[in-house]
Amino acid sequence: MENILQVKNITMVYPTGVIANKDVSMDVKKNSIHAIVGENGAGKSTLMNVIFGKIHPQEGEVLYKGEKVSFKNPNYAIKAGIGMVHQHLMLAPDLTVAENMILGIEPKKGKIFLDTVNALEITREVSKKYGLDVPVDKKIKDLPIGVRQRVEILKALFRNAELLILDEPTSVLTPQETEILFETLINLKESGKTILFISHKLSEVKRLADTVTVMRDTRVITTRDASDLTEEKIAHLMVGRDINSGRIGEPENPGNIRLAVKDLSYVDDENVQILKDISFDVRAGEILGIAGVEGNGQSELISIITGLLKPADGSVSVDDNNIIGLSPRQIRELKVSHIPEDRMENGVADMASLEENFIVDRYYKSEFSKNGKINWKYIKDYSVDLIKRFNILTQSSKTAAGALSGGNIQKVVVARELSSNPELIIAAQPTRGVDIGSEELIHDLLKKARDDGKAVFLISADLDEILKLSTRIIVIYDGHITKQFTDCSNISGMDLGPYMLGVKMEEGASGKIHS
Amino acid sequence: MEKFILKYFTLIRTIIAILVGMIISVVLIYLISEMPAYSIKQFFLGPVLSKGRFANVIENASPMIFCGVAIAIAFQAKQFNIGAEGALFISAAVGTAFAVSTGMPTVLHVIMVLVVAGATGAIWGFIPGILKAKWGASELVASLMMNYIAYYGGLYLINSHFRDKDAGFLVSIRLPETAWLPQFMPGTRLHLGILLAVIFAFLGYYFLYHTTSGYEIRTTGNNQKFAKFGGMNIVKVIVLAQVLSGMLAGLGGMTEVMGIHRRFNWQMSPGYGWDGVIVAIIGRNHPLLIIFAAFFLSYMRVGGQILNLMADVPSELVLVIQSVIIILITAEAFLSTWKNKITIKEAERVEVANESVTQ
Ligand SMILES: Nc1ncnc2c1ncn2[C@@H]1O[C@H](COP(=O)(O)OP(=O)(O)OP(=O)(O)O)[C@@H](O)[C@H]1O
Ligand SMILES: [Mg+2]
Repeated sequence: MENILQVKNITMVYPTGVIANKDVSMDVKKNSIHAIVGENGAGKSTLMNVIFGKIHPQEGEVLYKGEKVSFKNPNYAIKAGIGMVHQHLMLAPDLTVAENMILGIEPKKGKIFLDTVNALEITREVSKKYGLDVPVDKKIKDLPIGVRQRVEILKALFRNAELLILDEPTSVLTPQETEILFETLINLKESGKTILFISHKLSEVKRLADTVTVMRDTRVITTRDASDLTEEKIAHLMVGRDINSGRIGEPENPGNIRLAVKDLSYVDDENVQILKDISFDVRAGEILGIAGVEGNGQSELISIITGLLKPADGSVSVDDNNIIGLSPRQIRELKVSHIPEDRMENGVADMASLEENFIVDRYYKSEFSKNGKINWKYIKDYSVDLIKRFNILTQSSKTAAGALSGGNIQKVVVARELSSNPELIIAAQPTRGVDIGSEELIHDLLKKARDDGKAVFLISADLDEILKLSTRIIVIYDGHITKQFTDCSNISGMDLGPYMLGVKMEEGASGKIHS
Repeated sequence: MEKFILKYFTLIRTIIAILVGMIISVVLIYLISEMPAYSIKQFFLGPVLSKGRFANVIENASPMIFCGVAIAIAFQAKQFNIGAEGALFISAAVGTAFAVSTGMPTVLHVIMVLVVAGATGAIWGFIPGILKAKWGASELVASLMMNYIAYYGGLYLINSHFRDKDAGFLVSIRLPETAWLPQFMPGTRLHLGILLAVIFAFLGYYFLYHTTSGYEIRTTGNNQKFAKFGGMNIVKVIVLAQVLSGMLAGLGGMTEVMGIHRRFNWQMSPGYGWDGVIVAIIGRNHPLLIIFAAFFLSYMRVGGQILNLMADVPSELVLVIQSVIIILITAEAFLSTWKNKITIKEAERVEVANESVTQ
């Protein structure tokens, strides 16, 4: 089979002096699905950005359809038939979904005016065709991250690229959506397209890929036929050891109620009821998982609990303190920590150094500052310690957060939120985009927190993660709770599915479990 | 060598930009002037050829430093406040009114006048700040409108209530001597204000980079959602940045009045607030760099005046030349390819060195 893409001896050094790709070569066969795997910071996104013309390597060349190319910017790559879904989404936040879909190829009414009706129509069609549901006329900035990811994928599909690059497209999709996406990708392959994708989920890689390239520490280790590999083998090639993925043990007796949510409702600016009479509680020493398709109210629920949003009705209390009306700081003062679902939007300031990112919730405390004077010396040591403990790949503690790889940025956020000595941890997509080794580390830390008597509220699109960690699970659909599972030792994704899609619903599921 | 260049890259780039700007101005002057050699000399060296002119450079730099730091604090919070000019003008007017209507012993009088002027500026910053933080009104528009209010309000106050009827011009009554900032070099108008400007630049630096409030301002500017997520009170932070910004600009205007003319004699807005924007950009919003940026801009302005006065280059072209230099300096991407090349060479060198160590 001929190669649609050949990458030869690419060396890429960032302006900061970090070598991200070293002498990287790889062939991508036309009409195949090619996966790239590797640890956080191995250089996967960098390589994709090189191919896409977003950055330019110092050495080496890219051959596309047998011809040497060097795209000046991504627009040229798009014109040549390459599409890309970036790891950190690149949508215009102030435009609607439909406007984003047609950005750059706008259908025009007359010559000048944007044909909005047509744009909405087109978007609906595309959405239906590929089975990814999106609210066409909502602004991107009002949508949760998972929905944004759907938009970005649709946008790339819509452009009908011959070579489609997907940088961790499934990191916040639910299994059902992932399934639909995979069927789409397989169909695309059958119609002659080529797909290049990055994922940390080895089951996906194994299922989908024809070829697998493994990267480690800026280099390509090997490229092999997927049929020669097993998941374990890939994991081994990536990190050089075995990974434990089984369900964690059950906790001892859960203790007191830490977080109590009662009859919570939320109505958004457009008068849509997002949350309907939600009630549940989380006890010390347990992990409560919430399963649901992204966009069913989880984001709003977390925002309310952490003081970023005001509910229409109902109450939320932490250790018997009513927290409605409290500021985010006051809530954090009750020993609540929060790993946000979107690391780039809420989790970090990308231009600020890691040191500045580590202290955002604690800089005013006496360890870090006295009489308003910040103790940068102490903060430096403190940061270096976190970087070590959480295995964060960075040049130094002064490096800007935005110059880290996606998974390492996630680790920065997790490191901060788990090191504030919390009693209640709100963890939304805690391992999004981190490699299997780091995922194991974060899971261990959450388990340890649980065993130390902390309460953990886990929100994740990754059902395996929910099933692995949760002591109890509640399922949310369309803003209300459709099911609660109190014993999770013997359930699977199949049991959750119907409740997540709202086809089944348990009577009185919204009631409390512990009375 | 490479290491050195990387470390001081921004400085080196600025110097090269100035040199390129100079070459362009030389060419322009050659094209325009009948006596190019003389003109060039006046433009570039004029400011240092006499004590008086050099003193002019320093004098002019003083309000530019105040305004530059003022703008930088707002910019660091990502507040596009361009109201320094208005804050400077109204504070000087109100401060003058206060100074001429009160009597106090000298040091106290100076301090009180500065307090009144600073407070006026602070209020001037507070208004767009609170409008933005609470109701989302664009601070750009609000501060621009505040400039008009300041200008006409200030003129009204001085011309209608504190005008010196014996003077031949529209100027305020002279400040009582107790409210003067002392001049310290005979034959020049160098006054204490310049010292205050430098002190406030250092304070501004310390505030932004070493205090919790400064950290809050910078973090809010970097990513407001993140700051809020971390527990910062965004409304408070934005208002504080704007208030401090207005206060500094106000002090800049007042020290100018107290140190040089000893009366309010502006019928036109003096433009230091706009120079402050330029200086903040050249100095990359860093108060210590702003000191140098202000001296540089002031030097160019004085050189330009001399060029206009002594040679045959019209003032419009002087402005063109100055603008070319400023554009070059502020161009982020200027020479960035060069920097990239060096970075890479250096990275590869380090890599090779590391490999030979480990082998
Ligand atoms: N914009 C940037 N500026 C400087 N260095 C960068 C930049 N982006 C990435 N790097 C560095 O390049 C290296 C490779 O990063 P890259 O993003 O390609 O990793 P990745 O394999 O995609 O990892 P992940 O799985 O975490 O997404 C890392 O060491 C990272 O710190
Ligand atoms: Mg990546």
